[in-house]
Amino acid sequence: MPGITATELKKQFAAGESSSVQSVAGYMAAIERYDNVYNCYTALNARAAEEAAEADRLRAAGCDAPLLGVPIAVKDNIVTTDMPTTAGSRILQGFMSPYEATVITRLRRAGAVILGKVNMDEFAMGSTTETSYSGATKNPWDADKVPGGSSGGSAAAVAADEAPLALGSDTGGSIRQPCAYCGLSGIKPTYGAVSRYGLLAYGSSLDQIGPIAHTVEDCALLLSVIAGYDEKDSTSTRDVAFDFSGSLHDDLRGRKIGLPVNYLGEGLDPQIRAAIMEACRKFAELGAEICEFEMPMIEYAVPAYYIIASAEASSNLSRYDGVKYGYHPESFGDLEDLYLTTRSEGFGLEVKRRIMLGAFALSSGYYDAYYQKALKVRALIRDAFNRAFAQYDAIISPVAPTTAPRLGDSLTDPLAMYLSDIYTVSVNLVGIPAVSLPCGFADDGMPIGMQLLGRDLSEPVLVNMAHAYQMHTDWHTKRPTLKEAE
Amino acid sequence: MSGYKNTGYEVVIGLEVHVELNTATKIFCNCSTAFGAAPNTHVCPVCTGMPGVLPVMNRMVLEKAVKAGLATNCTITQQCKFDRKNYFYPDLPKAYQTSQLYLPICRNGYVEIDTADGTKQVRIHQIHMEEDAGKLIHGDAATLIDYNRCGVPLLEIVSEPDMCSAEEVLAYLEKLKATMEYLNVSDCKMQEGSMRADVNLSVRRVGDTELGTRTETKNMNSFKAIARAIEYEIFRQIEVLEDGGTIRQETRRWDDNKGVGYAMRSKEDAHDYRYFPEPDLAPINISDETLEAIRGTIPELPDQKRARYVEEYKLSAYDAGQLTRSRHLAEIFEQTVRLCGQPKEAANFLLGDCMRLLNQDGKEPAELRLAPEKLAEIIKLVQAGSINKTTAKAVFEKVYAEDIDPVAYVKENGLEMMSDDGELDQLVADIIAANPKSVADYQSGKKAAIGFLVGQVMKATKGKADAGKVNAKLRELLG
Repeated sequence: MPGITATELKKQFAAGESSSVQSVAGYMAAIERYDNVYNCYTALNARAAEEAAEADRLRAAGCDAPLLGVPIAVKDNIVTTDMPTTAGSRILQGFMSPYEATVITRLRRAGAVILGKVNMDEFAMGSTTETSYSGATKNPWDADKVPGGSSGGSAAAVAADEAPLALGSDTGGSIRQPCAYCGLSGIKPTYGAVSRYGLLAYGSSLDQIGPIAHTVEDCALLLSVIAGYDEKDSTSTRDVAFDFSGSLHDDLRGRKIGLPVNYLGEGLDPQIRAAIMEACRKFAELGAEICEFEMPMIEYAVPAYYIIASAEASSNLSRYDGVKYGYHPESFGDLEDLYLTTRSEGFGLEVKRRIMLGAFALSSGYYDAYYQKALKVRALIRDAFNRAFAQYDAIISPVAPTTAPRLGDSLTDPLAMYLSDIYTVSVNLVGIPAVSLPCGFADDGMPIGMQLLGRDLSEPVLVNMAHAYQMHTDWHTKRPTLKEAE
Repeated sequence: MSGYKNTGYEVVIGLEVHVELNTATKIFCNCSTAFGAAPNTHVCPVCTGMPGVLPVMNRMVLEKAVKAGLATNCTITQQCKFDRKNYFYPDLPKAYQTSQLYLPICRNGYVEIDTADGTKQVRIHQIHMEEDAGKLIHGDAATLIDYNRCGVPLLEIVSEPDMCSAEEVLAYLEKLKATMEYLNVSDCKMQEGSMRADVNLSVRRVGDTELGTRTETKNMNSFKAIARAIEYEIFRQIEVLEDGGTIRQETRRWDDNKGVGYAMRSKEDAHDYRYFPEPDLAPINISDETLEAIRGTIPELPDQKRARYVEEYKLSAYDAGQLTRSRHLAEIFEQTVRLCGQPKEAANFLLGDCMRLLNQDGKEPAELRLAPEKLAEIIKLVQAGSINKTTAKAVFEKVYAEDIDPVAYVKENGLEMMSDDGELDQLVADIIAANPKSVADYQSGKKAAIGFLVGQVMKATKGKADAGKVNAKLRELLG
C-alpha cells in the first residue's frame, strides 16, 4: 500500500477492502525492508498485530472511532508504558516509563495502533536527527541527506511509507522543518492546544506535540484526536475542540494572506523563494488576497529563542542525574562524581552545549542581560505578530533557508544550524499555530516546504488554506524512490 | 556595661521559618501528605520527577497561604507566580524546587510579640509557597531515599532582622505557631519537621550603626534547641570579635546533643540557584472577590481572643495569653465557660492541673483530649458544694486519663461531701477525744496543731468533708 494516506486507509477499512491487520502487517514489512537504510524506528510495538486484530473486531462490532485500526509512529520523547522512551539519549537507554502520555491515551481511545517509537535528535536538540544515540536517520528522498529534525524519525517514517501518520514535537520548528525536508505536511498546534503531559520537556514554554502526515487533511484528523484540555497540564487551554469538517474545501475568497517580504531576502535559497512566490499565485487563484508587508524583529528571534529554550532545557534536563532512573555509571567516587560522570557520559555534545548555554544565561549576574532581555524580545515579537494578525488571516513564509543538507555538514557548524531556524522559532516564542506543507522541489530533487502561520487557535483556518492548496497541487502526492540495504 | 546581658554588644536576628501546610494532598499532585507512612508509599510519577510529568497546583495551598498572609498583616500579591530554584541533591528528584522568588504570595507584614519592654512588632519581609524535598536515610552501606515528603506544601516565612534575643525569637515563633494553628494552616510540630526555623544572626558593638556579618544556623528541632543555639552563636560571635577576629558569613549546623554549632559551608560555596519563572505553571490571579472570601474565613486570632478574655471574662492578661496560645485549648475553655458560667475556675483547671498533666505526658495543648462538658460538670459540682477542691482535682485527673463521667464517678465512689452537720459534729467530737495530745498542744498555744486534727477528720471522712467547715468547728469546740 505505498503512499496511502490515513484518510484513504480509513475508507478502505470501511469498505472492507483492507483491514487493520493487513495494514499493520504491510507497514511492518516496509519497516523490515527499509528501516535498516533510513533508521527511523528506535522500538517496535510487539503487540501491534494483536491491537490491529482487536481494532478489526471492534469495527466489525460497529465501532467507528476516528483512528480505529490506523497505524501511527510516535516520536521517542513521548512516554509509553509498553516500549522504552529514550529521547535519543544514552542517558535514557532502556528507560520504561511508569505512566503514559496523555496524547498516547487519546490515540488509544481513538483506536490507533502504535507501530513503534521513532528517532529524533537527542532531547529534541538539533535540526538534523544526527545527534541521536541510536544513530542518524536518513532522508528517504536521498539517503545521503538529513531528514531534518528534531522529529526526523517521524518525518522519515512517513516519507518512507513506514507509517501513514506520526506524532512529532515542535519546540523551534522540529515538526515543520523535517516536513519541509521530506515533502510532508505537519502542524505545530497553538501552545496549550495539545497536552504536554508525558512529553519529555525541552523548552517547556515552547514545546508542542503535533501531527505529521502526507496531507493536511490527515494532519487535521490526527490533531482533532490529540488536541483538547488536559487537567494534568496546567498550560493546556480549556475548551479546545477542533472541528475541521468546515475546513476541507477550496474556497479562499475573503482570506487575506500576509507575505513578509523581508523573509525572502538574503540567505534564502532562490529556488525556495520562487516556490513560495508560486504558492502565493496559487492562493490568489483560489480567492485569497496576498499582501506584502515587513515583519519586524525577525533578526532577534534566533538569539532570543536559543537563550529561552536553553535556559529551560538546562533546568528540565537536570533530573537526569543517575540517581533514580536511566544511565548509571559503572563506577564513581562521591555524590558529585556520580552527577559528573552520569551527565558527562550520558549526554551528547549538542545537549551539553545547550545545558551550558542555558545555565550560563540564568547565572547570577547574567540573568538580566540574557534571560530577562530574551523575555522582553519575546514580548516584542508577540506584539509584532499581533499587529500582523490584525491585518491578515495567515502569514506565508519559508520553513528553512535551504533544502535538506548533507549528513554531517551541520555538525561541524552549530551556529549555522541555529541560524537555519530563523523562519520557525518565532512561532514557538509567540505560541501561535503553523502548518508546514510541500510546495515544490529543488533542482537536486529535494522537496521544498512552506508554512502558514495563524492566530492562536486558528488551526481550522490554516487547515482550510493548506487543504485548498493541496486540492489544486500534487506536491504532497509525490513519493521518493526508496532504497533497500545492499 | 550595656547591651545584651551586659556584654557591650547588641544582637540582630532574622528568621526563615518553614511551615508545612496541613493539606490532605501534595502541592502539585494528589499524593497524601500524611506523616509517618512506609517509605515511598505516598509517591507518584509527578512527585518523583519522572520524565515528562507536569505540576498541577493544589488550590488549597493558595488559600492557606493567603490566610497566613492576611493574618500576619501582609499585602497579598494578587498576580503571583512560581519560580524554579535549581540545585542538585538526591532528595530533590527534579533537581529543582518549585518555589517563589520574584513575586511571592505575601509581602510586607508583621506580627506583634510581648517582650520585657512591652509589645514589639516583628516585620515579615515575605511569605512564599514552595514544595518540600524528600528525606535521605544514611545507612552503613548505602544511603536510601524516601520521596514521601517530596511535594508536601511549605510556606517559608521570612522575617526582617527585628529580634534581639532568644526570648524574642521564641515569642515570635510561638506567635507564628499559634496563628497557623488558629488558621488551620499547619500543625507546626517541630519534632515532625512541620515547622523548621533557620536563624540569621549577627552581633555589633552597642552604638555601631552598621550591621555585623551574619551567620545562618540550621537544624534545630525544638524551641529549646533554637534558644540554645542562639545563645551559643551570640557568645561565639562576641568571643571571636573580642579576640580580634572577624565573623565569616557562613551556614552553620546546630548539634543539640553536644550543644555545639559547626560551620557547614561558607558564602563562597553558596549555590547559584539560577532562579527563573516556572514555565509549567500559569501565573496565579487572585481576584478581589476571592481575596475577600478568604478574608471572611479568618477566625478570631490569638491577640484578639486574648483581649476579649481580659475584657469579657476578667482574666489576667497572663492567663488570657496562656489560654489563647492554642486555638484548641481556647475552644475547650470557651465551651466550658458557656456550660458552667465560671471563667476563672475553668481557666484555673486548664492552666493548672491540665497543663501539668500535658507536660507530664510531653504533649502540646493542641493535642489535649478533653470534653468541655465534663470539665463544666466538675466545676458545677464544686460550685454546688457537692465535692471539695481536692476531690475535684482527683476527678479531673480521672477525666483527663480515662474520660470518665464525673457525676457518675463521684456518685459511684461516694465522693460527695458530707452534707449532714450532725454527722460531722459527732466525728469532730470523736477526733478530739482520740487525740488529747494535739488538743493539749493547741490549747497551750501551738496553733499549728489544729492542722493535724483537721487532717484526721478529713482522713476519717475520706476527704469528703469541707475542710474549712471542719477547721471552724474545731476552733469553736477547742476555744
